Amino acid sequence: MEPILAILVGALFTVAIYLFLSKHVIRILMGAAILGNAVNLLIFTAGRVTREVPPIIPGDADALTGAAANPLPQALILTAIVISFSFFAFLLVLGYRAFQELETDSSDDMRVAEPVGDKTPPSGY
Amino acid sequence: MAGKSEALQDLSVAYVMQPVAAADWLIVAPVIWCILVGAVLLMLRKRTDLQPLIAIPALALLVLMTLGLLVHVFQSGTLTMTMGRWLPPFGISFTVDLLGAFFAATSALVALGAGIYGRSDVDDTGRRYGFYPFLMLIMAGILGAFLTGDIFNLYVWFEVLLISSFGLLVLGSERKQLDGAVKYAFLNLIATTLFLVATGYLYGLFGTLNMADIAIKASELRGTAPLMTLVTLFLLAFAMKAAAFPVNFWLPASYHTPRLVVSALFAGLLTKVGIYALLRILGMLFPFEREELSFLIAIAAALTMILGVMGALAQNDIRRSLGFLVISGIGVMMAGLALGSPAGLSGAILYAAHSMVVMTALYFAAGVAARLGGSFELTSAGGLYAKNSLIAAMTLMLFLSVAGLPPFSGFWPKIMLVKASLDIGAWWLAGAILVTGLLTTITVGRIWALAYWRPAPAGDPDAAALSPLPVGATMALAGLVAITVAAGVWPEPVMALAQDAARGLLDPSAYVLSVFPVEASQ
Repeated sequence: MEPILAILVGALFTVAIYLFLSKHVIRILMGAAILGNAVNLLIFTAGRVTREVPPIIPGDADALTGAAANPLPQALILTAIVISFSFFAFLLVLGYRAFQELETDSSDDMRVAEPVGDKTPPSGY
Repeated sequence: MAGKSEALQDLSVAYVMQPVAAADWLIVAPVIWCILVGAVLLMLRKRTDLQPLIAIPALALLVLMTLGLLVHVFQSGTLTMTMGRWLPPFGISFTVDLLGAFFAATSALVALGAGIYGRSDVDDTGRRYGFYPFLMLIMAGILGAFLTGDIFNLYVWFEVLLISSFGLLVLGSERKQLDGAVKYAFLNLIATTLFLVATGYLYGLFGTLNMADIAIKASELRGTAPLMTLVTLFLLAFAMKAAAFPVNFWLPASYHTPRLVVSALFAGLLTKVGIYALLRILGMLFPFEREELSFLIAIAAALTMILGVMGALAQNDIRRSLGFLVISGIGVMMAGLALGSPAGLSGAILYAAHSMVVMTALYFAAGVAARLGGSFELTSAGGLYAKNSLIAAMTLMLFLSVAGLPPFSGFWPKIMLVKASLDIGAWWLAGAILVTGLLTTITVGRIWALAYWRPAPAGDPDAAALSPLPVGATMALAGLVAITVAAGVWPEPVMALAQDAARGLLDPSAYVLSVFPVEASQ
């Protein structure tokens, strides 16, 4: 199961990076959403993937005997999902507001903060 | 089976530790206080008149708390508090050593300055958008990052400060701000995601997220685990947060767009959190991997400082020029990290603290100058010295301090770093630091000559026609200037502090002992 998930994580990263290379904010946004999921899946896979093995310690032992999925990475993902979701929500609104105000979706044309051909400082007193 | 039940009894106690002493509550008090006050201010969102009256005393108390914590750590060594009293690797630990306490106290001072300056800089609209609640929450994130002893917790504090910084950045939703915020938000999101990837890998390799535990296990895992990959990922993520050269482009795109006090706060604190994380993770947890990467870090550092200051030279807008000077300063700190020697690390720590105070004060000075002269543009500025010689004199001190000239606080860390570079024969790194100092002097000297010394352009309103400067803004500026002068004239205490902090990084045994008192004594 792990190799398949690992390949899937790699594929998701590839797609996310490809989308990030675009000039259009909407594609970058989709890239951000995919990247967040890729990372969560990566941590999930790193925490061992087991099926139908409840992490119960047998009565005559003090520790788990077999390999069971580690619950801590899943707790980490839970935190990361909440954070990446709130980030995505903010970025979505920010991208939309920027589109409304700047009337462009292309990062090449977003030059309000750093105008092209800005004045140079005076070269003499 | 008798032994089994005995073990059960022992286990129930063994996973819980003794409650901490009352004085040790200072470890989490700053973070709890920031979140509490932030929540109260959020409820008072519409009482814009009350907000600064609550926030400024709250920030003053925060300064006292962090100074108290610094004194406490200085007297009794590294302190640890683990949430829920779980034994350290299981519970989330807050571990404060001198480095964390020093940065926390400095950043609280800067935040107090921003709170006072913000009273005149942020109008009612800005306050309704939540300037003061965001200020408290961003401080919770910054202080949490400085005080925590757990890597995933560090990630969470990074996110807390990042989401508050988004709020501060778009305060007012002007066109320029939205443009800057798009670049800031996406690039910082990528940086924190890389940090999360690295944290996931780290847990996969180590099975722990506690920094002291990692410091113990790193030497066992070296050679079998791909630690270089891990450390390189951390380096990339934190260098991006700190705005080091190849990944710095979000900073000049956004730092001049928000309200001036927000720019000042960001310039002072945000990039330094990245530097702190680099010092903590590369300097303390993975010193061998840092050694392997030191040449790469040194090249990035030299390019960051030189290209940063060249960017500053090319700008007409004073705020944009200062944004590039922030980047240039990051290069100097990275040089200290690349050296990795006690002198190098203590130079980087001292420079970071100096930069927190001076960069914030420089933005305050630019704001006061714009209020006096009506513009941030060098082409149209002039006559500020004639209008207000006191402000002009304070600004000159800050300019000399950021350029690294004596007797101001920027001089001493640069001396330490140049000497540390020459000690190991890295003359080119020492040369880069000195050339950067020269170019910075030219940059700020030109701003001084054009905006302050030059006679005011024709048609400029004279001093009598101007509304008087707000007392709070002048006081905030004067307070920060007093700190940089004091640290420049009496450098011994802060230098000793930085050297102790660097020793704590290079030999983490005190840090480990604080988290695992029993294990280390066995």
